[in-house]
Amino acid sequence: MFDFGKWTSAFNELLLGCMPEWLAVVIECVIIGVLVLGAYTVLALFYILYERKLCAWFQCRLGPMRVGKWGLLQVFADMFKILIKEIISLKGTDKFLFKLAPYLVITSSVVMLACLPWGNGLQIINYNIGIFFITAVSSIGVLGILLAGWSSNNKYTLIGAMRSGAQMVSYEISLGLAILAIVVFAGTMNIQELVEQQNHAWFIFSGHIPAIIAFLIYIIAATAETNRGPFDLPEAEHELVAGYHTEYSGITFGFYYLAEYLNLFIVSGVASLMFLGGWMPLHIPGWEAFNNIMNYIPSIVWFLGKSFFISFIIIWFKWTFPRVRIDQLLAFEWKYLMPVALANLILMAVFVALGWHF
Amino acid sequence: MSDIKEILSSICPEVTFAEGTDTLEVVVPEEKWHDFAAQLKNDKRLDFDVLTAVVGMDWKESVGVMYYLTSTARGWDLLSVKVVAKDRKDPYIHTVSDLWKVALFQEREVFDFFGIKFINHPDMRRMFLRNDWKGNPLLKDYDANPELNPIPLDDEKDEDNTCSYVEDAKGKIKKVPGLVFGKDEYVVNIGPQHPSTHGVMRFRAAIDGETVTKVDVVSGYIHRGIEKMCESLGYPQILHFTDRMDYMSAHQNRHCLCACIEKAMGLEIPRRAQVIRVMMDELMRISSHLLAFGCTAMDLGATTAFFYGFREREQVLDIFEKTCGARMSMNYNVIGGVIADLHPDFCKDVKALIDIMPERLKEYHTVFSKNIIAKNRLKGVGMLPKEDAVNYAITGPSGRGSNWSCDTRKVRPYSIYSELDFNEVLETGCDSYARYMVRMREIEESCKILAQLVDNIPEGEIRAQVPKIVKLPVGHWYHQVEASRGAFGVYIESDGTKNPYRVHFQSPCFNLVGVMDLCCRGNMIADLITIGAALDFVIPDIDR
Amino acid sequence: MKQEDFKDNEYIDKLVEELNATGANVAVGNLNKLINWGISNSLWPLTFGTSCCAIEFMSLGAARYDMARFGFEVARNSPRQADYIMVQGTIVHRMAPVLIRLYEQLAEPKYVIACGGCAVSGGPFKKSYCVVNGVDKILPVDVYIPGCPPRPEAFFYGLMQLQRKIKVQKFFGGVNRKQKREEFFATHPGFNKENMT
Repeated sequence: MFDFGKWTSAFNELLLGCMPEWLAVVIECVIIGVLVLGAYTVLALFYILYERKLCAWFQCRLGPMRVGKWGLLQVFADMFKILIKEIISLKGTDKFLFKLAPYLVITSSVVMLACLPWGNGLQIINYNIGIFFITAVSSIGVLGILLAGWSSNNKYTLIGAMRSGAQMVSYEISLGLAILAIVVFAGTMNIQELVEQQNHAWFIFSGHIPAIIAFLIYIIAATAETNRGPFDLPEAEHELVAGYHTEYSGITFGFYYLAEYLNLFIVSGVASLMFLGGWMPLHIPGWEAFNNIMNYIPSIVWFLGKSFFISFIIIWFKWTFPRVRIDQLLAFEWKYLMPVALANLILMAVFVALGWHF
Repeated sequence: MSDIKEILSSICPEVTFAEGTDTLEVVVPEEKWHDFAAQLKNDKRLDFDVLTAVVGMDWKESVGVMYYLTSTARGWDLLSVKVVAKDRKDPYIHTVSDLWKVALFQEREVFDFFGIKFINHPDMRRMFLRNDWKGNPLLKDYDANPELNPIPLDDEKDEDNTCSYVEDAKGKIKKVPGLVFGKDEYVVNIGPQHPSTHGVMRFRAAIDGETVTKVDVVSGYIHRGIEKMCESLGYPQILHFTDRMDYMSAHQNRHCLCACIEKAMGLEIPRRAQVIRVMMDELMRISSHLLAFGCTAMDLGATTAFFYGFREREQVLDIFEKTCGARMSMNYNVIGGVIADLHPDFCKDVKALIDIMPERLKEYHTVFSKNIIAKNRLKGVGMLPKEDAVNYAITGPSGRGSNWSCDTRKVRPYSIYSELDFNEVLETGCDSYARYMVRMREIEESCKILAQLVDNIPEGEIRAQVPKIVKLPVGHWYHQVEASRGAFGVYIESDGTKNPYRVHFQSPCFNLVGVMDLCCRGNMIADLITIGAALDFVIPDIDR
Repeated sequence: MKQEDFKDNEYIDKLVEELNATGANVAVGNLNKLINWGISNSLWPLTFGTSCCAIEFMSLGAARYDMARFGFEVARNSPRQADYIMVQGTIVHRMAPVLIRLYEQLAEPKYVIACGGCAVSGGPFKKSYCVVNGVDKILPVDVYIPGCPPRPEAFFYGLMQLQRKIKVQKFFGGVNRKQKREEFFATHPGFNKENMT
């Protein structure tokens, strides 16, 4: 398996050879920052097109076709348009919070993106509490949404924000418990180690029953976390116009739009990391030839492929199911999902203690 | 008929009976009206439980109201009651909104158009026009000078204020101001530009948390004054307005107006035209219910189901387009028949449609109706018990969802419906899901009617001989058909000239918005949208 | 109608090229072109339908006509995020202030399309006492689409005309149609400046 770490460490030594260490670190940070932001934009644009094309196919349509070949340039047109749109400043809003809110949302998703393991050696930072850090940072996004709804001084945004607060805080528990089950199984929160441990079999296979339950809980909770259908109440178009971002225009709205799609990628990325082996190819114990062939596929392709597949499932939900109501949503979480997640955690602990796993 | 006359005379000796009308008509003095109305409703021998239509009238020397009542228990015969206000300059009539709740909105409409104040009506605001509008447009001496009412550029003031006219023990009438919403209620404004009000409807909902405590319906954002315009046009010219009121029941509405004019003229319609009209009505019903399915699904967030519904709707529109020449606003029925003969492909296309429909309906149920989320969102939401449905005169699929047998095609058959074999679809749920399911099952019944007729379209004329200038004799007529959303009625008063003296369209959707408050109370704000979707009103039909 | 008889307004495209060729320097000109390409290909409508035309607009979005092909499908419900308002249906006196407010809430650059007879001129309801005879009485209209209601093809044609129109405008140095705030209040005495944000 090709290790991108060779490149990065070679580059690091090259820099250290010709400049002091602090300068090298600064330069590396800048390069990484630019790369992350670039990846962020490209991925967000790709996801917008991906969803539009997918939903068109679900609905017997074609989707964007006219701008560029197969509509590939559609999102770029949207981007140019949204960049030059007027940003309306409103009377009666809390100016500071109103301007701050979109940056909070976008910052949280950029930081989460930076933590993901993209490939073998393609990881920005290797924390020993990596996965814990991701869940912690994801909470900042909720703050941005709440502030947006509050500061807009609009009843729709306020209801949207209230719903969003209730929803995200509740579902974060199930999300955390599902992740915790895997952490119990792996015995580590280090992202690098999590991936390495799935070398012989992905967690969803090696952890079998509790891992599969955790995976299902994770997918449901993640759909709710990203405010996507059937849990898209905070921005329920047919009730609240556009929910918490009703009053945002131009690129400030663009930030919410991008963050929404990027969050979709991030939860898919975390799902692939926790359950489907991250960038680890599909290895089946005993099939050495098969495993070697799988290793030829670059690790970054594995990671993106798995993430896109999980995103596909979440998009599929969205365009098929009707939206739930706020009381049903909360009842589902507190009465069903969280108890199941707790029971699953205990089940996983029992399985690990008794060694009932592969 | 004669025994009813006797009963009516015994209740109130002052009543007189009008001659030469298409329904039994009784003239009641204003001061006796409320007691008489209470007898009409409560007397078991009369049992007039449905107020079908309220038509404001200006007879030049006086203004008043024509009430059309019907009794579900006694065979749906119509009784018209004429009540004349005493003073033309400052007219008052006692309200009947305490007996028939449907009058709550209908009387506000009359107040708006004629300035007749209803004594003891709890909420006497204008219905369709702005509250700063000068004059009452349907009065014959209304000054239509545009300088009096220029295009407004600012918002309406005093939206929260209302008033009522209360009669005290001595018979003195006093104006009592009131408030629509209390001072500390949190009011969310929904509409007029809102994605799921299905047009420019405006609801003001007082909410407590997410629970709706009161809904105030503000209508008139598409009030186009059709009834006034009709008075200056000839009979063939007014037909096209019906296509643009409830554009989802264009054929049925136009059928109703044509049939009313034909009834007044005493015109016999060729059999072929009758069959074509009925087939077009049923196709229209299918297309309307498909749209209703799509919009219900879309309002609940299931966007894909919307596209499935529209796929089949396009097929219906193709049939219309080939024969009528337009996808919407077909302008197909004319006085005496239909305007053009059927396209040669018509039968083939209709057969293709009824062949695929059962399979497609199964698909709709798979993708939406059987979905657990959809069921949870619709079942037990927006309860409308049968008594309320009757009292609010909720006809059509929404009334039949409350287990009220109110299909005009069955209870008072018109055209060739009495010869056809179809079932009236009834559901006992009384909730949004029942209303939705009635629509889905009605598609099947409409297909059944089409299947009976498609091979039996008789040869012959498509239009009866009609004089170039249509004139009706002096008198008034009321006719009712079953449109896609309920009983659609047309009232025509003629003074013998080529223009109608007064035309009134009794639209089913107007009654439907009347129950929004009742249905939404205690439900969540998200349910307000689904209740609206399941009632399926069309706004231009309400506002006219 | 034969294909070759149909003049697909190529002359307008030529006109656009001519207009853009004069004057502007290369960098600004190309940037203008890029931005106009962006705006014209990403027209997000505000969902605003009052009557029959709105149903045809729904057909436009449905599978057979599928306006997503052009990238028009991202219908925004909040006027702040939409690019153009498509007036589908009659505008009556009670609705007029609401429509003006919606237009004011749109973020620049913004466009107005008048769809159907009613929005163009009042249509069949011209003689009514409370119908605004054409939205151009209260809003600057960019494209008119006649019809009652217009066919979906006509909608597309109107939208493509709007795209062509956008390609003529200049983002840098004088947008073709831009009303200044003060000018607006000078021409609309009915508005209270303090209440408008």
